Amino acid sequence: MTDRKFKGTNTYIATDDLKMAVNAAVTLERPILIKGEPGTGKTQLAFEIAGALGRPLIEWHIKSTTKAQQGLYDYDAVARLRDSQLGDDRVNDIANYIVRGKIWEAFESDVRPVLLIDEIDKADIEFPNDLLRELDRMEFYVYETKQLIIANQRPIIVITSNNEKELPDAFLRRCFFHYIKFPDQKTMEQIVEVHYPGLKKTLLKEALAAFYKIRDVPGLKKKPSTSELLDWIKLLLAEDISPEALRAEDRRKAIPPLYGALLKNEQDVHLFEQLVFLDRRNTSRQ
Amino acid sequence: MLTKFFFMLKEGGMKPSITELLTLLEALKRGVAGHSVDDFYYLSRAALVKDETQFDRFDRIFAAHFEGIEDAFKSLAGEVPADWLQRQAELMLSEEERAQIEAMGGFDKLMEALRERLEEQEERHEGGSKWIGTAGTSPFGAYGYNPEGVRIGQQGSRHRRAVKVWDRREYRNLDDKIELGTRNIKIALRALRKFAREGAADQLDLDDTIDKTARNAGFLDIRMVPERHNAVKVLLCLDIGGSMDDHVRVCEEMFSAARSEFKHLEYFYFHNFVYESMWKDNRRRHAERIPTSEITHKYGPDYKLVIVGDATMSPYEIVYAGGSVEHWNEEPGAVWIKRLLNAYPKAIWLNPEPEQRWGYTPSIKLTRELMEGRMYPLTVRGLGEGIKRLH
Repeated sequence: MTDRKFKGTNTYIATDDLKMAVNAAVTLERPILIKGEPGTGKTQLAFEIAGALGRPLIEWHIKSTTKAQQGLYDYDAVARLRDSQLGDDRVNDIANYIVRGKIWEAFESDVRPVLLIDEIDKADIEFPNDLLRELDRMEFYVYETKQLIIANQRPIIVITSNNEKELPDAFLRRCFFHYIKFPDQKTMEQIVEVHYPGLKKTLLKEALAAFYKIRDVPGLKKKPSTSELLDWIKLLLAEDISPEALRAEDRRKAIPPLYGALLKNEQDVHLFEQLVFLDRRNTSRQ
Repeated sequence: MLTKFFFMLKEGGMKPSITELLTLLEALKRGVAGHSVDDFYYLSRAALVKDETQFDRFDRIFAAHFEGIEDAFKSLAGEVPADWLQRQAELMLSEEERAQIEAMGGFDKLMEALRERLEEQEERHEGGSKWIGTAGTSPFGAYGYNPEGVRIGQQGSRHRRAVKVWDRREYRNLDDKIELGTRNIKIALRALRKFAREGAADQLDLDDTIDKTARNAGFLDIRMVPERHNAVKVLLCLDIGGSMDDHVRVCEEMFSAARSEFKHLEYFYFHNFVYESMWKDNRRRHAERIPTSEITHKYGPDYKLVIVGDATMSPYEIVYAGGSVEHWNEEPGAVWIKRLLNAYPKAIWLNPEPEQRWGYTPSIKLTRELMEGRMYPLTVRGLGEGIKRLH
């Protein structure tokens, strides 16, 4: 079975290196690991791959308490205990209490699905190691029912990580890797263009200039990212802010309008306001 | 050809595995990369490098290998070996060309010029992409090296475009390569791990109890678990320079290895004592300093402060304004350490100097007083005690 090449979509701008990594992973049926700053579209990528290749998407969002086993199946012992006390006949067949996990679901899919394992670094450090065999051989064993589950076809696995924990080497070796770096201004213009087509050139230019200026402010706890920029532009459009209002040269209005969309942290807002204040004072002295 | 590249990566301090090489070869065989050098670069990077901090290293080795030039490799692995140059040139030149070179002044002379060019190239590397612009003036271009090979001064546009990708060295800031550690570190690390993951099993694990009870046909089976401790945040400040040079690598390796245990580990360098600024990259210590107030502002009081330093200096460096040996400090170091201790109630000072010598050095005594006694020797035992104070 051959898949078309992933080329990005009309709602997602993919750089050449990202396309290459995705296509290699799809062709060789290996998982692809995506890292990058928050808000650079790591999770979105899985949706776009599924959309572009016309595949169903199965999402598995990882939390700090998630165990690898939960992706395979859960044995609902409590339900069985309850049923046994109620004298339910179902209790005799243990298979009634096996609840399928996301990986099982992906393995049994009729068409080759895209499986998103989101934020794998949130889980325990042993989590990736517990999935080695499953991701490698694409099979696992259900001990309760003595059943071997083998994938109908190898799913396209997209794994995202925010780099909160280092992942084990053995796991990394089995993946293709891509690091989404923060887009430069040119790529950013393309990204904004696909989200808000026909945006007034001047507004876009001023918005991006203001955005990169804020990103350059030293000491911000959380630098605004692509997704925040897109939200901000949406707000600017909704409020019909003129490009002139964004121009930072005008010192009296140096705080960009609606900056709450860009700065998500009280201390950052405070710091930013202070800097603007100092800046204004310096220019008025001159 | 790729095996050689593979071993060059290994020599350059990267850890590509055979599995990864085979994956790359399989991908090439199945035509994932097409025929462009850019594609090949992206593909090999996705297959062989699994850590963005290694991208810069990879870029340099890639450039070195596929340009046939060891310029970047030089900074990684020392001098360019003469025989390596010779071998490269021999590979790349036909018999006639070699004869031509002999006529022009001999092979040695050419190699001398090539070496000069390499040195020049390194300077240019810092400055930008001037390297490409030298086409035509270079004697090597004139001799017409094989297009697959050295390409000094060649205008080959396909190749040139590819060069730009890894020559930009966008990932330079991320390289965190550090020296290998010693056995001591591993022992210390074990102590840290205890800190992060172990504890008394004093909490009832409700889910497991229900699960085990159910499996136990309804007989109660109580399960206990230790409390989770793995959300520790550590702020590490390392003294660097002078007598500290040996210790710093050891410490950094230790904490680097502990990164999988600690959710948040931030590190900064200082010289002799903490003043109004620190830095993250020792090569750019003068250019890129981070104000200490910015550090305390950015990392909240839930961080645990670990200062590593020998605290061996003139006491003036601690108590007087302008006492620093490196710069003019407006406020004395003692003021700054107090500010740090106010910002981080959980703080310790680890001292690699042997404990029995502490009493003879006034600055250590002084620092210890400023730290309210929380100074520990950088030994397994000292580290264990210090970590207890951090709880």
